[in-house]
Amino acid sequence: MLAESLALTAALFIIGVVGVLIHRNAIIIFMCVELMLTAVNLTFVAFSRFYGTAGQVFVVFVMTVSAAEAAVGLAIIIAIFRHRQTINLKDINLLKG
Amino acid sequence: MLLQTAVSAASQVHPLSGTIAEWVWLLPILPLAGFVINGLLSLTGAHFGPTDPTAAGDHHSGAAADAPASSHSEHSAEGDDQHAVKRHRWSGVVSVVGPGVLILSFLLALGIWQAMASAQPAAAFIQSYFSWMPVGDLRIDAAFQLDQLSMVMILVITGVGALIHVFSVGYMRDDPSYPRYFSYLNLFVFFMLVLVLGANYPVLFVGWEGVGLCSYLLIGFWFNEKANADAGKKAFIVNRIGDFGLLVAMFMLFANIGVLDFAGVSAKAVDLGAGSALVTTICLFMFLGCTGKSAQIPLYIWLPDAMAGPTPVSALIHAATMVTAGVYLIARSSFLFSLSPVASLTVAVVGAVTAIFAATIGLKQWDIKKVLAYSTISQLGYMFVGVGVGAYVSGMFHLVTHAFFKALLFLGSGSVIHAMHAAYHRTHSDEDAQDMRNMGGLKRYLPVTCVLMWIATLAISGIPPFSGFFSKDEILGSVFARAQGSTLASATWLGIPGSTLLYIIYAIGLAAAFLTAVYMTRMMLYTFHGPTRTGTEEEKALHEAPWIMTGPLVVLGILAVFGGWLNLPEVVTDIIPLGPRELLAHWLDPVVGEATTRITAGAAQAPAATEQMLIGAAVVIAVAGIVLAMARLKPDRLPRKRDAVPEHGFEGVVAHKYYVDEGIERTIVEPTYAVSRSFLWRVIDNGLIDGFFVNGSAALARGFGWVGSRLQTGNVGVYAWFLVVGVLVMLGAFTLR
Amino acid sequence: MASFLDSIGYNLWVLPALLAIPLVGAVIVLLLPVRDPAATAAGVETPAARQVALWLFVLEFVVSIGLWWSFNPADTGWQAPIDIGWIPTWGVRFTLGVDGIALMMVLLTTFIMPLSVLGSWTSIRTKVRSYYALLLILTTGMLGVFLARDLFLFYVMWDVMLVPMYFIIGIWGGERRVYASMKFFIYTFLPSLLMLVAIIYLGLHAKTVTGTPDFSYDHLLAVGSLTERATLWLFGAFFLAFAVKVPIFPFHTWLPDAHVEAPTAGSVILAGIMLKMGTFGFLRFALPLFPGAAMNPTIRMIILILALIGIIYGALVAMVQPDFKKLVAYSSVSHLGFVMLGIFALTLQSVQGALMVMINHGISTGALFLLVGIIYERRHSRQIDSYGGIARVVPMFAAILTFVSLSSIGLPGTNGFVGEFLVLIGSFRTYPALTIIATTGVIFAAVYLLWALQRILFNPLDKAENEHLTDLNRRELALLVPLVVVIIWLGVYPAPVLRRMEGSAQLLVNRVERAGSLPQVSEAGR
Repeated sequence: MLAESLALTAALFIIGVVGVLIHRNAIIIFMCVELMLTAVNLTFVAFSRFYGTAGQVFVVFVMTVSAAEAAVGLAIIIAIFRHRQTINLKDINLLKG
Repeated sequence: MLLQTAVSAASQVHPLSGTIAEWVWLLPILPLAGFVINGLLSLTGAHFGPTDPTAAGDHHSGAAADAPASSHSEHSAEGDDQHAVKRHRWSGVVSVVGPGVLILSFLLALGIWQAMASAQPAAAFIQSYFSWMPVGDLRIDAAFQLDQLSMVMILVITGVGALIHVFSVGYMRDDPSYPRYFSYLNLFVFFMLVLVLGANYPVLFVGWEGVGLCSYLLIGFWFNEKANADAGKKAFIVNRIGDFGLLVAMFMLFANIGVLDFAGVSAKAVDLGAGSALVTTICLFMFLGCTGKSAQIPLYIWLPDAMAGPTPVSALIHAATMVTAGVYLIARSSFLFSLSPVASLTVAVVGAVTAIFAATIGLKQWDIKKVLAYSTISQLGYMFVGVGVGAYVSGMFHLVTHAFFKALLFLGSGSVIHAMHAAYHRTHSDEDAQDMRNMGGLKRYLPVTCVLMWIATLAISGIPPFSGFFSKDEILGSVFARAQGSTLASATWLGIPGSTLLYIIYAIGLAAAFLTAVYMTRMMLYTFHGPTRTGTEEEKALHEAPWIMTGPLVVLGILAVFGGWLNLPEVVTDIIPLGPRELLAHWLDPVVGEATTRITAGAAQAPAATEQMLIGAAVVIAVAGIVLAMARLKPDRLPRKRDAVPEHGFEGVVAHKYYVDEGIERTIVEPTYAVSRSFLWRVIDNGLIDGFFVNGSAALARGFGWVGSRLQTGNVGVYAWFLVVGVLVMLGAFTLR
Repeated sequence: MASFLDSIGYNLWVLPALLAIPLVGAVIVLLLPVRDPAATAAGVETPAARQVALWLFVLEFVVSIGLWWSFNPADTGWQAPIDIGWIPTWGVRFTLGVDGIALMMVLLTTFIMPLSVLGSWTSIRTKVRSYYALLLILTTGMLGVFLARDLFLFYVMWDVMLVPMYFIIGIWGGERRVYASMKFFIYTFLPSLLMLVAIIYLGLHAKTVTGTPDFSYDHLLAVGSLTERATLWLFGAFFLAFAVKVPIFPFHTWLPDAHVEAPTAGSVILAGIMLKMGTFGFLRFALPLFPGAAMNPTIRMIILILALIGIIYGALVAMVQPDFKKLVAYSSVSHLGFVMLGIFALTLQSVQGALMVMINHGISTGALFLLVGIIYERRHSRQIDSYGGIARVVPMFAAILTFVSLSSIGLPGTNGFVGEFLVLIGSFRTYPALTIIATTGVIFAAVYLLWALQRILFNPLDKAENEHLTDLNRRELALLVPLVVVIIWLGVYPAPVLRRMEGSAQLLVNRVERAGSLPQVSEAGR
């Protein structure tokens, strides 16, 4: 039971990671990050099924934080888009050393 | 002035204490005061002289140009505007102060001499004023020492010095830097007196370097000519090489016997071991100092260039006093040199070689002062032969007589140059006023100078009864006498037996005497005899110098004639009773007697017949030289300088002074300079240390920073890759452990 | 004089006062109202700042000069001591004191400082208040270094001294001032951090012996018991810090840049005082604390050879410099080589001579930099080639420059001779061969300075710009004449100075010789 759910979450997580790595569009990357968070949430839930409810508490925290993060992140992405007419991360390298 | 007469260590009172000799400190202080006064005058007056070159140019072409110009030496024609500047506003004061302090010093010296002559002290009169460098067991006092040797030097310095100062009033009065001239000259006398009065080596060294400084300043007196400034610098630096030797000698003395004052060293010198390598090394280092100051091989090269200074300076510093300091130092250190036959022989050999070497160069010089310069080097060589063979009295005797006749020759040449300058100034010609090819027949215009210079020439050539005859003959006689039985004769020098060596030195001495007679006669013939080559228009301005210049010449002429009476040899007085014999030898006996005896080692004096034969030979040689020169040289056919053709072959080599200066320039000066600039500075300093290590490490830091900055692409995707790879590596590391 | 000083309790307050006056003064200077440069004399912004600074430095000198009389040459311990708790948990105390060596260094500092203010009088026109405030803070740092008896306090002062000089070069310097100031700072700061590590190690090592960390110099001297290996490492750290400061070849390349780019006063202070920090450090710390390492024959020989290279190399490189300030800078390398030779030859004469050279170098080189500054203000060139023949136009300047150069050459009768002579005569006892080589330095010194003199003062006056140079004015005479007087005084009658330093020098020699267990050195200095 646990093994299956962990396999699922792992698959979800890897999809998220790969999405972050290969995509250039900030929105898609953002969504992939959300996917990774969801995978983690699922893991917590799966473990809480066997080891007590503490994991579910974490899920609530993660969802709260990711909601806040989504709000701030989207705001930034919109600001960038307004400023530079693009959200392609290839073109956004102000911090280049 | 901190004047606390130190209580002499010896309990008994010195015979000179309480006499006028207590005032010995005033001897150098008087010229020092003159230096201060004249120096301040030269600084204050400087603002009032015209410095505007255009104004000077106007004056130059003006009618006032017939005023006898400052004796601007040889290069005056290169547009130098100093000619035009009026007399210095303080020249009246300076004319009184400058020579005045010297005359006062001389009078005081006479008084002290009187006291010493009557007291006949056996030991030196030492006055200690304050402790100069007291550090642990090193005790160096600012102390003066008055003994018979320093007395001789003091009388020469202040006496001849005073005459030359008086001469300078006439010679230099029209120079715009007249007060500066006298301030340097006074300062020189101060340091020279410190040199001969110092009671220990460091105080002597103060004077030793001080006179070098004044020589530097006076050679480069007309400093706006590069040649003059070069000559001054050369003199200082070459002298410094010598001073290095003297310093090392002092270090060795202190390290080995712990004292540096003459009394102490002379008492402990024997501890160094007679004939030991140590004492020889000390003496040789000390002699290196002497070769610098007294212009002996290998450090003689500065003296001919030093003629760039005003002519009275050449007379005072580069003939009569400073250059003899080396001879004085060896006589003063006779307690050391007499312990080392090898060092003594070295001194004699160097002296002899220098004497003949310089004499050959003197044969081919055209500049009247250069002839005298090489003659001085040659005569100094004689003195070193004298002190080298342990004939300290003879060396000092020749020093004194040489001071008389060489000062006379230089001042005489000054009088000639003075007249020549006036002549060329009249037509604004840029001919060389010191070249003998431009002179000739000057006896018509300068009769007094001519007669006096002939006296000096006979004296230097060794014609009896002039002073040089006696002193030179004594040196040669001593060399001959010491070839048998003395410690020198039994020593070996570089494998040559001392006895043989001394005979060789004697032969060289005779040869040099012959050459001396030749080149001096040559100089006199070309300068004063034959037709006048100066130029018809210029001749009208030739004139005898004023009395203030001829006066000192006359006095020196008298001294040059009768100087020999100071030390008439026994062999002469036995035949002709001219006067008391060997005055100087008796006078100096308390100082150098012991050392002389140590060298002669009781060797018998040469028999009177031999001595008379030697004297005869010397006189014949000198006369032969004069006659030969008279017969072979044709002043009537000499071309003027501008028509002269350069010499070829060996004569050309001699005329170029054997290319020694050029050789040193090529082999030492230029390579040092090139290595310093191209290698030490550019490669080591800028390249290796600064470029590679210092800025290299900075560049290395910057390089690492640059590599790090390459990772910072600013691209979030790349950062994400780093993150993932990093996590995987960490996971792998933890799981596979 | 001594009784008067006692009656005002001079010894009780003089040392803290010397450190406090410049600090308080810096605050006063900074609080002065700003003035518009256009409205003031000579276009100097806030001229009051320089006047206040000058008087503060004069006050400082007057306060310090009492030490000359209150100092008792017979007493080799600390005089006018101060001991206040500072950071008790680390065992750091605020302790001050003078001995014969520090006395002369303090007097040299307080003597040079007013002159360097006069030397900056018209050349510093902008940010005047900050400039003089930095000079004042710098003074506290320098005096602190000489007076500290606690290694931690010493280190603090060592770095306090560094920062103002960094700004002085970096803000008021020449064209390459930023490069020079960075180089100066990093070059000297890096090894001083190593020294900090060594100091902390020493303090903690004391804890293993006495139970508390202790940075007191006297206690550390007494503690000892370091392993041989630790001694070598600690000596190495101190050596690097001091060697850069001296500077010893090959750590000298910051010096020409810093000297050349610094404003006149900066060069004067750098050469006159700060270069002495390194040699002072050797005398005060590196030798007495680690005699085993310092007297190790190999290490000693290496340092002596480096000193020798410094003497010759500095002179040769100085000879070919086209820039007069750089020439003087390299000549410092040569002179400080003599100091190192004297210190490590370790006889009473050579150490005393080294101290004399330190003082003389401060006076003579300081004067040379002031003279360069004076002529630079008129002609705006430091290149030797820009001059030539100017002795005719500026006779007083020429006279003083010649005189000062001669003292730097070491002409007998000037201060330079006394120092070099004592160093060499002392060193000859222990290292005759090295000393003979070092003595050739006197020849090279004459070569480079006389050649420069010739090209500046003598030769034909062939540049039109030089024909109307003005001679020294009263302010410039006022700042040069004291230096000339001191040069003559120290050359003719140095005995009072030597007497005051002798006790400390003797103590040092004895201490290092005894502890260093070196092969017995003749009968050096008894």
